[in-house]
Amino acid sequence: MAPEIATTEPHVGRGRMDLLRFATAGSVDDGKSTLIGRLLLDSKAIFEDQLEAVEATSHSKGYDYTDLALLTDGLRSEREQGITIDVAYRYFATPSRKFIIADTPGHIQYTRNMVTGASTADLGLVLVDARHGLTEQSRRHAVLLSLLRVPHLVLAINKMDLVDWSEQVYEQIHDEFTQFATKLAIPDLEVIPISALKGDNVVTRSENTPWYHGPTLMHHLEHVHVASDRDLVDTRFPVQYVVRPKSEEFHDYRGYAGQIAGGVLKPGDEVVVLPSGMTSTIAGIDLADQEVSEAFPPMSVTVRLADDVDVSRGDMIARVKNAPKPSQDIDAMVCWMTNAPLRPRQKLAIKHTTRSGRVMVKEIQYRLDVNTLHRDTHDVAEKGLGLNEIGRVQLRTTVPLLCDPYSKNRTTGSFILIDEATGVTVGAGMINSGN
Amino acid sequence: MSQDKPRTHADYRLSQLDQLEAESIHIFREVAAEFEKPVLMFSGGKDSIVMLRLAQKAFYPAKVPFPLLQVDTGFDFPEVLACRDRWVDRLSAKLVIASVEQAIADGIVIDDGKTTRNRLQIGTLLNAIEENGYTAAFGGGRRDEEKARAKERVYSHRDDFGQWDPKNQRPELWSLYNGRIHEGEHMRIFPLSNWTELDIWHYIGREQIDIPSIYFAHQRRVFRRDGMWFSESDYNPCRAGEEVVTKQVRFRTVGDLTLTGCLESEADTIDKIIDEIAIARVTERGATRGDDKFSEAAMEDRKKEGYF
Repeated sequence: MAPEIATTEPHVGRGRMDLLRFATAGSVDDGKSTLIGRLLLDSKAIFEDQLEAVEATSHSKGYDYTDLALLTDGLRSEREQGITIDVAYRYFATPSRKFIIADTPGHIQYTRNMVTGASTADLGLVLVDARHGLTEQSRRHAVLLSLLRVPHLVLAINKMDLVDWSEQVYEQIHDEFTQFATKLAIPDLEVIPISALKGDNVVTRSENTPWYHGPTLMHHLEHVHVASDRDLVDTRFPVQYVVRPKSEEFHDYRGYAGQIAGGVLKPGDEVVVLPSGMTSTIAGIDLADQEVSEAFPPMSVTVRLADDVDVSRGDMIARVKNAPKPSQDIDAMVCWMTNAPLRPRQKLAIKHTTRSGRVMVKEIQYRLDVNTLHRDTHDVAEKGLGLNEIGRVQLRTTVPLLCDPYSKNRTTGSFILIDEATGVTVGAGMINSGN
Repeated sequence: MSQDKPRTHADYRLSQLDQLEAESIHIFREVAAEFEKPVLMFSGGKDSIVMLRLAQKAFYPAKVPFPLLQVDTGFDFPEVLACRDRWVDRLSAKLVIASVEQAIADGIVIDDGKTTRNRLQIGTLLNAIEENGYTAAFGGGRRDEEKARAKERVYSHRDDFGQWDPKNQRPELWSLYNGRIHEGEHMRIFPLSNWTELDIWHYIGREQIDIPSIYFAHQRRVFRRDGMWFSESDYNPCRAGEEVVTKQVRFRTVGDLTLTGCLESEADTIDKIIDEIAIARVTERGATRGDDKFSEAAMEDRKKEGYF
């Protein structure tokens, strides 16, 4: 059976398209790869040669349908095992938006991939199989998305064709999830009944669900409002690089380059440089060879200051009356990503915004059970935090961090931990508070 | 923009192209700040030229603080080399050329007559990186190009042998890139990871970026081989039964001229190219690259060995 292609016009994407990054999560059999294949196919992001390769593979495996999941299974080892083992990024666009999908595997041992995919997502898409309802895994995915402060969540109830398009099944899963979500930080939730295989309510509205009055998945992805998710109040500009041309023409030029993490910067603003506490005024903001009148997240700009103050990489420019307090004692949720467990007294390298230093683990308070949200303190001091476990950890840093709670700012509230011997990223942290 | 009305979130919207630009500039600056000896791998193709434009923006008004490294197959299009020279001039950049011919002569790679130049580039490139002690090498790879690339990190770690280990990649979270490497290792950096082919063209159009003329439709003497049109050239003699004809063509990718085919096209402006791509139904590599056709996993294998 050749997959049917919905009739959206090919789009050229000129003008002011915006961007939505979303992360998908689901168990191996929930049909996640099929759904992504469907979104790519129906938005015409799949090309003939890709579709032909997938049709040929499906045929050689003896399937009587085109396995859309094959479109997204990238590495040969995955194709052999028939599972997705790592975060893969996919792209498609409609006339109003470009989409970046972080496609993450669903199985238990790959929590770290889910956390990785969710870290940059504006929206999380959780798939459940209508026949099985909410599983431990779907609850875990919702918890992780909430922990990573992904502001929008879609629960897609898939395989509705296999439960005779039952409104009752939909309502039951909807209610159960809403009940569960009251314990989480999920500001925006949409529950959509779909069939990824047949395409119902993915791009086109299904005639099989007359009782459903919400949007199709694609309509929701295209229209969900993400512009207000950014913090435009609290100015945070981590200095990344000092631009000093030392040329004839720009002899005295000294600019501080970075990507704005929060707030709006304007020439004339009184600012403070942290951690030194020196104050100055913004003399100008450059975006390459153009001067701009204001700058906001996530713009990458170069800021010039009116005074000759000492500023270097790792410093932060903030407002005089609204600046983070430099902190060396950090209380954070840490997701551990390597086999050898994280233990009290352990020393690691840390990277927070553009600042690097070392940390010592003072205490692991508890392990968070991501299925029940239960705080497990049993053995945590002795056994530490294992691979794919998430726990509340107290850290002491060698350099003060210029941080905010992760719930306020995902850029200034996050950090990674690096094993100093291997150089590998072994932990991801979300700051509760700093002192 | 009026200063009278209170501003709302809607006033602070950044188009997706501006967001991609901001992300790429952030990556360039991060690498320049954290790596001792970065280099930009320059192929002469549109993606590496977009990288140059972004690097130029990232450090303006200072010069781009790293050299360009080009692997010269000896089979490069003259139009591409001309464009390269214009860019080197424009940026007052340092250009380092690693020649496949020279690598063959020095016994660094072995030309057995069966291996394509594309494949010989791998050894030549790795040798140039090692000899010069480069610790980070920017590449123009995009994740939308190919299935193996879809899983590659922005910072892609390479071991002593320049190999990529896809099952053992470092987690990459937020915009916090981990640049730690050991002596002898290096990092491949992909600042265009999240760009698509259409994004690249929109950006080239918006920024009026100078690219090689062969991307635009022009008259060329070509012959048909393996279902693709190839340019007539001394390097790529016609075989029996192949006939040279003149066609209106353009190239969709730029590489070794013995391997890179062209398409019949009337698209002689950026806007026409964008229209052509928007309705194209074949990926850019699938359409005109002989090197990716050998096996379904061709790209994955070459990447593991240390390809771009």
